[in-house]
Formats: sequence, C-alpha cells, structure tokens
Amino acid sequence: MKLRLMYFAWLRERIGAPREDFETQAETVAALVEELRAREERYALAFSDMAAIRVALDQELASFDAPLRGVREVAFFPPMTGG
Amino acid sequence: MAIRVQQQAFDYGAECNAFAQIVQDAGAIVTFAGIVRDEGATLSEMEIEHYPGMTERALAAIEAEARDRWQLSDTLIIHRHGLLAPGETIMMVATAARHRADAFAAAEFLMDYLKSRAPFWKKETTTSGSTGWVAARDADESALKRW
Repeated sequence: MKLRLMYFAWLRERIGAPREDFETQAETVAALVEELRAREERYALAFSDMAAIRVALDQELASFDAPLRGVREVAFFPPMTGG
Repeated sequence: MAIRVQQQAFDYGAECNAFAQIVQDAGAIVTFAGIVRDEGATLSEMEIEHYPGMTERALAAIEAEARDRWQLSDTLIIHRHGLLAPGETIMMVATAARHRADAFAAAEFLMDYLKSRAPFWKKETTTSGSTGWVAARDADESALKRW
C-alpha cells in the first residue's frame, strides 16, 4: 500500500522533508518505523527515541501497535506544545 | 462556537467584546490569552508549526468534549501559527455559560487539552541566534488526568 508520511517539528528537520509517499507492506506503525529506520541513517536518528515521538493515523492520535490497514496518512511528531 | 487557526494577529480585546455581544443566555464569560513569553529578554522570535487539517479536527473534538461536560452557551478558540514576536498573543479561548463555574472549568479544560492534544509545536530563536524546540512538560500531560 502507498502511504503519505508526514513529519513535524524536529522530526521534519532530522529527516529533511515535511512529507513523502512511501510504499510499504508494514502491518503496524511499529513495523513501519522499523522499515524506515533501516532505510537511512537520518531515519534511524530521527526514530531513535520512540518515547519522544507521537503518531497520528489519518489525523487521529494512535498508538505504535495500531494497524495500518486502510490508513492513508501517517504523521510522526514530538509531543505537542500548543497554547 | 467558533474555531480559528490563523497566521495573522488578532485583537484580543476586540475578540472578547465581540464574543460578549453574540453570546445568548449567558451570565458568565471567561477568557484566556496565551502570550509569547520572553524570559530574561533573550527571545528573538517564536515560530509555531502546526498540522493543517488535524489541528482543526483536534480543536473541534476538544471543544465538543467541553460542551458535553458543561452547560455552555458558546465557545471561541483562536490559535495562531507562523512567526511571532515576544509579547504577541499566541491564542485565546473564551467560554460563556449561565453560571461562572461552568465557564471557568470549561476554559481550563480547553487549555489543558489544547496544550497537549492539539498539533502545535513551538520553536524559539534567541537574540544570539540559537534555536530550539520547546519541550512538552510532564506537568502539561499530567494536567489532563484531573478531568
């Protein structure tokens, strides 16, 4: 399946792009992260501390064990600092 | 109810007055503004990044939750993004209710959730040119547990 990946704040800076389309067979967010980490050093660095990362699936907060089936947009970002 | 996510500055006083004009059946209005804080006069600017689409959805969900929990006549949320200078108004919330307890509680609830569940991120640039992302505070996350 083809996913639209989005990165925000320091994740965007470390990866060097705000978004990209990515073809994957990963069944969960965790599996997708593993695949990305293995891709290039900048991804391994960006995803080195998962406690500092949140994920949203189709713009709803989700957990790392959430399934990707039917999902189109996956966003990774640090804990939010609104207000 | 209104939710506005915008780059341009807004007039906090004018927004408060306009909100007070349009609310109906209310006996109490609570308003809150978040300001770019310049601790020790070392901040040059603050940049607020957000996730267009998800931001509006998250704010709408938080607002709907507040309406479920309290008897509210009206609400207003305005949050800016982009470059802001020290002293500028970042965001505001306003709540109107028949009685003040609901208006106060709902305003605090909106702020607590908005801080940790709305996709905004702040980056600070100091007067010496160094930059850094503002880290989320544990206190902000634990503030959600009281609701």
